[in-house]
Amino acid sequence: MDYEIVIGLEVHTELKTDSKIFCGCSTKFGSEQNTNVCPVCLGLPGVLPVINEKVVEFAIKAGLALNCSILPFSKFDRKNYYYPDLPKNFQTSQYDLPIAVNGYLDIEVNGETRRIGVTRVHMEEDAGKLVHSGTISNSDYALVDYNRTGVPLIEIVSEPDLRTPEEAKAYLEKLKSILEYIDVSDCKMEEGSLRCDANISLRKQGESKLGTKTELKNLNSFKMVQKGLEYEAERQADVLEDGGRIIQETRSWDDAKGITVSMRSKEQAHDYRYFPEPDLVPIVVDPAKVEEIRINLPELPDARKNRLMADYGLSGYDAGVITASRAVAEYYDQIIAFKAEPKAAANWLMGEVSKFLNSANLGIEQCPVSPEKLAGLISLIEQGTISSKIAKTVFEEMWNSGKDADAIVKEKGLVQITDTGEIEAIVDSVIAANPQSVADFKAGKDRALGFLVGQIMKQTKGRANPEMVNKLLRDRL
Amino acid sequence: MKITLKDVENVALLSRLEFPENELATFTEQLNAFLEYADVLNQVNVEGIEPTAHVLPLKNVMRADEAKPSLARELALSNAPEQENGYFKVPKIMEG
Amino acid sequence: MELFQYTAHQLQNLLKDKEVSAVDITKAVLARMDAVEGDVKAYITQTQDSALEQAKAVDAKIQRGEVISPLAGIPGAIKDNICTLGIKTTCASKILADFVPPYNATVMEKLGQDTVFVGKANLDEFAMGGSTENSGFYPSRNPWDLTTVPGGSSGGSAAAVAAGEAIWSLGSDTGGSIRQPAAYTGLVGLKPTYGRVSRYGLVAFASSLDQIGPITRDVTDCAHVMNAIAGYDAKDSTSIKVDVPDYTKALVNNIKGLKIGLPKEYFVAGMDPEVEKAIRNAIDQLVALGAELTEISMPHTEYALSAYYLIAPAEASSNLARYDGVGFGYRAAGNDIVDMYKKTRSQAFGTEVKRRIMLGTYALSSGYYDAYYLRALKVRTLVKQDFDRAFEKVDVLITPTAPTTAFKVGEKSSDPLAMYLQDVCTIPVNLAGVPGISIPCGFANGLPIGMQIIGKPLDEETIIRTAYTFEQNNDYHKRFAPLGEVK
Repeated sequence: MDYEIVIGLEVHTELKTDSKIFCGCSTKFGSEQNTNVCPVCLGLPGVLPVINEKVVEFAIKAGLALNCSILPFSKFDRKNYYYPDLPKNFQTSQYDLPIAVNGYLDIEVNGETRRIGVTRVHMEEDAGKLVHSGTISNSDYALVDYNRTGVPLIEIVSEPDLRTPEEAKAYLEKLKSILEYIDVSDCKMEEGSLRCDANISLRKQGESKLGTKTELKNLNSFKMVQKGLEYEAERQADVLEDGGRIIQETRSWDDAKGITVSMRSKEQAHDYRYFPEPDLVPIVVDPAKVEEIRINLPELPDARKNRLMADYGLSGYDAGVITASRAVAEYYDQIIAFKAEPKAAANWLMGEVSKFLNSANLGIEQCPVSPEKLAGLISLIEQGTISSKIAKTVFEEMWNSGKDADAIVKEKGLVQITDTGEIEAIVDSVIAANPQSVADFKAGKDRALGFLVGQIMKQTKGRANPEMVNKLLRDRL
Repeated sequence: MKITLKDVENVALLSRLEFPENELATFTEQLNAFLEYADVLNQVNVEGIEPTAHVLPLKNVMRADEAKPSLARELALSNAPEQENGYFKVPKIMEG
Repeated sequence: MELFQYTAHQLQNLLKDKEVSAVDITKAVLARMDAVEGDVKAYITQTQDSALEQAKAVDAKIQRGEVISPLAGIPGAIKDNICTLGIKTTCASKILADFVPPYNATVMEKLGQDTVFVGKANLDEFAMGGSTENSGFYPSRNPWDLTTVPGGSSGGSAAAVAAGEAIWSLGSDTGGSIRQPAAYTGLVGLKPTYGRVSRYGLVAFASSLDQIGPITRDVTDCAHVMNAIAGYDAKDSTSIKVDVPDYTKALVNNIKGLKIGLPKEYFVAGMDPEVEKAIRNAIDQLVALGAELTEISMPHTEYALSAYYLIAPAEASSNLARYDGVGFGYRAAGNDIVDMYKKTRSQAFGTEVKRRIMLGTYALSSGYYDAYYLRALKVRTLVKQDFDRAFEKVDVLITPTAPTTAFKVGEKSSDPLAMYLQDVCTIPVNLAGVPGISIPCGFANGLPIGMQIIGKPLDEETIIRTAYTFEQNNDYHKRFAPLGEVK
């Protein structure tokens, strides 16, 4: 039987503020355990929270970037549940009046654009970290570090509009890209500053009623999100095919085994007993402030992509790759600002630059070749000073030494030979030295020409202008 | 009966409390007595009345995003029933 | 008269005139503690050594001719649910028996270094109760009659001042916990407007209702303590950012033209006729002093108690979730974390605390939220509207503080509902967030009777003026509890 997959994602992302959401402790990642804590985030008796204004600003910014409406009246609520990473045993979050609602973002999968609804964006505090001796199931005790407790989070909840695991991955990538563009989060999944839970259910094709869903946790990378959902969709399909019924439950992705495992607890269903946080007063957003934030939003990925296509004639694919990351897009704009030819710039960025960064495991921010220097290299090619092939050697040298392309080319004598006389002399000597190949060529074996060109390039260490070599050789023969 | 023994058991679990059987029965009785008393609230017409979670007309009370010094770790852990290596130590966690 | 029987402002004058030293005063109070604490049990923790050190420091300042604050050198007691840096703060609960806060409540910071603190006063566990019998350690007794309760939950704070074991004290009031014990012990107790005094460092019972306030021997002392503790605090999002008046300026013996409202719903069945008589007498006096009396109706008064006993436990059930044996406080051994949670909380919380956690959890739980908690919040709106309307017509409202005088120890402890009914006159004030003061206005069978004066939001001055005028035309405040009578 054919099933339609229905997926909704809940994404938590840590906001990059200096201090925590309700107290002045630092949000710095990787500090020694329990050193970024104070009476407030430790939940000691008698303490009270005070909202960090930056958190509200960032949440509004995220809401606007995701095309949401900002609610004029918003408030915090308490979500009550017991867990040792939560010192107060309630999480201060937002329930019925989140800061932003009813947005969307567009994703592109296999050349098709789909609009995915964003139900809501709300603010809340992060929990601490547990360290288990051994695994959670066999350890005798756990250790708790409250440094992360109270780090500001926004939770972004999508509508169940995603239809394939691939779409889920594309949604996440797009979301990450937008959040990076508006500069509210580091979005590092490996550091846990971006986390994703997924709800997935199946229904028969054509049916409108949603099937029973399961919630997937422990999806710690984009790849795991896709793989976990793929597995879970198959698992659910198998259960349904066998006449079984899906149990509404939380399942954990086991990446090593490539399966999802039920996290069924012996406790009954949660009852979070949300109620308005009495220690915080409501947030009444000034529409003028919202407008100010909206006006100051940076250009977002879709707009930037369209601009690159319109202004520079880049393909949708190339523009998409370049604008997926704000930092890469900015690097690109800088190369162009230094007068590089746009298409060549795109090719270099997606080619050599990306290849070198990947193998050195660096981000574009750490690229040792500056946009200005890369633009210099590209213009040397454009001017015909060096060939594309030599340019790759020059780039490697630039990467290693940090020198200008110009300097390297001069220093190493890599300037392309475009002097007809000089090339003619080499062509003649190669023809004289390889009579057999000349004969083969004349007998109609085109491959022999390639051999002769190769010999000429070898003698010139690749510096001869390839077009001229070809032309002169054919003339001579 | 407003609230049954089974309800009370569930509420106890949500509250992370446990009671011997006889106390559970007493609690059920006392909670029922109060809830019956509180039935008086059903006589009030609350249609169109907004709930009051805060008596104050305050809004938008916020602070600037400035990191301040934290507690010294010894002080943060000074009331901990059990600690190890700068961490709070707790018994094993069974549920996910 | 002994030094421990004076008011703070009288002692302040003696200090300024160098007739006594802060050490003299403190020693007198400490000696009194040693003499009567065994009977009264007002304290959980005594801080005698540090009190003497503080007193010495104040004397040194006086010697150097430095300006000292009005409470400098005057021994005070702090309710043990207010966090004191480096000094145990137990909330009278076994779960916090050894808890030492690494920080000070804002009121402690405001009171500052000059103040002499003699100890942390007993209370009903987590301020839940009206008799101090719910203390997790031992009940306090009423110095007027040791077989009766001093009221609660700030029973220790009241008993200490009434017995001469402190000159003034701080209490907290969620549903009457300052005013009712002040009434039972013949003292002045003020619950400020919600948001007037910072709650930072007050261990939360019901966050939307709790306020810290003074318990003193007269209205003048009340004004001095208010001057010290009131004001905006950036650490408390619910504190009000307005200037604080000098409350001693309101100590004016004049209420001519003051409009007094008498809400008829507060004079109901179950009220001790002696209490009603005393209140009616007091009102006659106020009228004789120039006030205009209006009888008014506050129709939702009868629903306030039920609404309160849903809202306060609901908030408490969440506020008290943090006592779980993880980061601080008592921990019981358990096989796993859930087992540890349950054993810790079941062993260390007292019955009343558990009862309210259970009630509050139920009121918030899915399926019951709308019927109980949400409905209670709506009724709260109506109760508040009653006050808004009343204050369109009158300046203050006058009611009894409690329906009876202090009751016998053990009399109501088996019937929670009967105990709750003692708060019937004070609870609406917390629901509305308005200020209320209780002052002594008579005696019945040797036990003090309290009159409650309720004011408009942030208008503590008018209730202080009304209270002061009544006080200055009577001498109830000059009587000292018999335990304190010096033959």
